[in-house]
Amino acid sequence: MKCVVMGSNVKVLGKAVHSLSRIGDELYLEPLDDGLSLRTVNSSRSAYACFLFAPLFFQQYQAATPGQDLLRCKILMKSFLSIFRSLVMLEKTVEKCCISLNDRSSCLVVQLHCKYGVRKTHNLSFQDCECLQAVFNPASCPHVLRAPARILGEAVLPFPPALAEVTLGIGRGRRVILRSYQEEEADSTVKAMMTEMSIGEEDFQQLQAPEGIAITFCLKEFRGLLSFAESANLPVSIHFDAPGRPAIFTLEDSLLDGHFVLATLLELDPHSQDLGSSQLHRPVPQLQGHSTPHQDDFANDDIDSYMIAMETTVSSEGLRVLPSVTLTPGPQRHCGPGPHSEEEDNDEAEPGPVPGTPPPKKFRSMFFGSILDPIHSPQGPSPVLAEDSDGEG
Amino acid sequence: MKFRAKIVDAACLNHFTRVSNMIAKLAKTCTLRISPEKLNFILCDRLVGGGVSMWCELEQENFFSEFQMEGVSAENNAIYLELTSENLSRALKTAQNARTLKIKLTNKHFPCLTVSVELLSMSTSSRIVTHDIPLKVIPRKLWKDFQQPSVPDADVSIYLPVLKTLKSVVEKMKNISNHLVIEANLNGELNLKIETDLVCVTTHFKDLGNPPLASDDASRDRDPAEMAEVHVDIRKLLQFLAGQQVNPTRALCNLVSSRMVHLDLLHEDVCLQYFIPALS
Repeated sequence: MKCVVMGSNVKVLGKAVHSLSRIGDELYLEPLDDGLSLRTVNSSRSAYACFLFAPLFFQQYQAATPGQDLLRCKILMKSFLSIFRSLVMLEKTVEKCCISLNDRSSCLVVQLHCKYGVRKTHNLSFQDCECLQAVFNPASCPHVLRAPARILGEAVLPFPPALAEVTLGIGRGRRVILRSYQEEEADSTVKAMMTEMSIGEEDFQQLQAPEGIAITFCLKEFRGLLSFAESANLPVSIHFDAPGRPAIFTLEDSLLDGHFVLATLLELDPHSQDLGSSQLHRPVPQLQGHSTPHQDDFANDDIDSYMIAMETTVSSEGLRVLPSVTLTPGPQRHCGPGPHSEEEDNDEAEPGPVPGTPPPKKFRSMFFGSILDPIHSPQGPSPVLAEDSDGEG
Repeated sequence: MKFRAKIVDAACLNHFTRVSNMIAKLAKTCTLRISPEKLNFILCDRLVGGGVSMWCELEQENFFSEFQMEGVSAENNAIYLELTSENLSRALKTAQNARTLKIKLTNKHFPCLTVSVELLSMSTSSRIVTHDIPLKVIPRKLWKDFQQPSVPDADVSIYLPVLKTLKSVVEKMKNISNHLVIEANLNGELNLKIETDLVCVTTHFKDLGNPPLASDDASRDRDPAEMAEVHVDIRKLLQFLAGQQVNPTRALCNLVSSRMVHLDLLHEDVCLQYFIPALS
């Protein structure tokens, strides 16, 4: 294999690697006939990312020397990222980047041709590997929204960088709502701030989803895609289905396309993922949220009844907040591909959640089909992956 | 108990954000007191804070275009809330390009201060960011702990030098020792002293000026050259200085010999009082 990237495309490639590094620790590099594919998956297999660079992206692209099989290799993300670590340096000094795969020396050679005749050569050892292929199909997702990357970038700006998960949904008035997702902690004395961003439908190029739908996914991984999309100034499409089914984030232009597939939270309790300000004492319609700016009256603020309850039972400890909220048993996270595996999950789930126990944390990934060689499937306590790859991921 | 307020003016919003940033640097957790005329950020002298106390007061009508509150009862028309200061400053940070900012006391599973920001946006639709800051409501029986601290009779009152200069001096001194001696006299002289076995460092500030003495002030009889001194933990002074991003309109230091340092600042129309106890 031999690819040569020229000029400003080197920075694009670098940015893509940065993006992928937010997901996984290993990079699967595969030269295909329709382009060079860079893929990665996270350790819990709940996030998958793939960039495909078309042959036209390269000044020269040769997938394989004639007569040889297409090679594919797996390299440490850290090593590959270190070559493209400083994007500023890439932009300023690198004129050309050559990537070649030499199966005789089992080395991936990345050569950066820089200004003033400086040439940096990196020899990365790689492992032969199975093909990393996630089973997913954006077309099978009933809901989609598409917006310029800038809009989505602005949408996630108010959220703290440390926030792990975010809920995306459609609220009343066809407003797109992003809300910080906090797990229900057993220790209810320390609460976190909740942030919500509401954007009008007009900012989206496409919005095909019903009011009330909401999915929760990892924000950190999403930010990885967003940073690439913003720098490349490409629109991002989000294809999604019911909560629990993976969400597919795509971006494309004539020279490349990117796919990020993220697991979403499957909530057993239908109300905990509500985007509405549902209260215990009085049911309010779902997804009321803060989308309408006219909701200024105090009708929904139940602080008075809270205060009455507090005043009548306050003890000498004074400041302790009444534990008036009984937490529903925590959600169990799966993203099963169908009813078939959900039954299995129930069998293997912990025996009845105990109120107050922190919920199991793992997003378990179910969308990898049997393309993975059984010998390579992950061992350990994670339950069996999807049986076969028929149907959608 | 109800509270709701709105800011529409950009300058007021920026000022309120700056105040909130300052509070976040001074106290991790603080008490917000809401009364019909004022808002107060209070830190009372608990061991957790190392004995420092803070009292910050602003007149609500200088900031809010709308302000409505109803306290716990008609006789006790105030609301005392405990919150993590950083949450408020983070919420306000997103309001940099806001058309309006609304703050409301709400109850969503637990009491919250809901900050709702309508952002300026280039498109026709508005964008709304909402933050729910969790709170603890402080019951009436504990309100006495959060009253305005009595301003002690100071032995010496002196105007502070430029805070940025003071901060850089104190930062360097911290590397030498944590025990700082602050002394000042009525001749406008202020000294900061650090002493260890090996070295003794003193920084002298002159011609600072002293505020005029009241006619019944006991300090009238004091020899103007005589220094009043207080020994404090340097980190507390440094934390105070770190919170001052902007030079205040007026900055006063009142020393009560061997007892405490009382810093009295005025940032435009917001007054901040900070009390650092002497090392025992």
